[in-house]
Amino acid sequence: MRHLFLIMILLASCPLFAAGPVEGDKEPLVFTSTEQEDRFKQLTVELRCLVCQNQNLADSDAPLAQDLRKEIHDMLVAGKGDEEIKSFMVDRYGDFVLYRPPVQGNTLALWAMPALFLFVGGIAVIVAVRKRNLKLAGQRQGASK
Amino acid sequence: MIGRLLPILIFVLLGVLLAVGLKIADHKTEIPSPLIGKPLPPFELPVLGQPDRIMTNADLIGEPFLLNVWASWCPTCRFEHPHITDLAESGKLRVIGFNYRDELADAQGWLRRFGDPYDLTIQDYSGRYAIDLGVYAAPESFLVDAEGNIIYKQIGAVTPEVIENEILPRISR
Repeated sequence: MRHLFLIMILLASCPLFAAGPVEGDKEPLVFTSTEQEDRFKQLTVELRCLVCQNQNLADSDAPLAQDLRKEIHDMLVAGKGDEEIKSFMVDRYGDFVLYRPPVQGNTLALWAMPALFLFVGGIAVIVAVRKRNLKLAGQRQGASK
Repeated sequence: MIGRLLPILIFVLLGVLLAVGLKIADHKTEIPSPLIGKPLPPFELPVLGQPDRIMTNADLIGEPFLLNVWASWCPTCRFEHPHITDLAESGKLRVIGFNYRDELADAQGWLRRFGDPYDLTIQDYSGRYAIDLGVYAAPESFLVDAEGNIIYKQIGAVTPEVIENEILPRISR
């Protein structure tokens, strides 16, 4: 029961930290086309909320996330492209703001690791199975003598 | 032989990984600023409480200064404020306040209560310029050199150690 209470407090605490600053405009963001709205949804899912860093801009209630959603909306309505909007964010907050970091020198390890582990794991399994088969074959020979 | 050593080897490697991870954990939420080495982004903002007095880059650039992002709703800002005050009063560096997403009355009340060490405070009520600075948490402080370039960003409170080790050495060149 105590654990449940603690977990609930932890889950609820992120919006709590967000309380305080001037309340942003609570007007709903209006788009001029469904295409814009789709791009908005796509972009806000791909961009990280830097306050609650394991949430994206679409989910986060933090004031900064509200500000950035408004900024993205304004840029979309002004006719900016998706890449331009992402560059805008990266110029100010760095690569960390993207949920899909660009494939470059310092992220090579991040991108390659899963495949690498799969490869190494696969080899380990093959070697282990081969050894076991050899052992079994040896036992069978010994038994049939 | 190697076969028997392998689990221990893997364990040691994982241990090293864990040690490194624990060491950087404290700073894991700090995001390095892509603005270091770049000019302070252009701004046009009023002085706190004086809406007719608008400041731009031209007004501030010429002498190094520390731009200290603070707000009345930010508890850590209260913690760093005495250190900021010490720095300003030492005369070693100009300190400019940057009030972030705050109601005027709250901001002025905070300064009355805790002291106003700033040369002046510019007010970003909407937080729009803060986005250009890449501000994501208060307090943050930007060290700007005489040419108007951002040479250091402090994420979190300015402490005496930060002043001694990060800020003062960078401006005495």
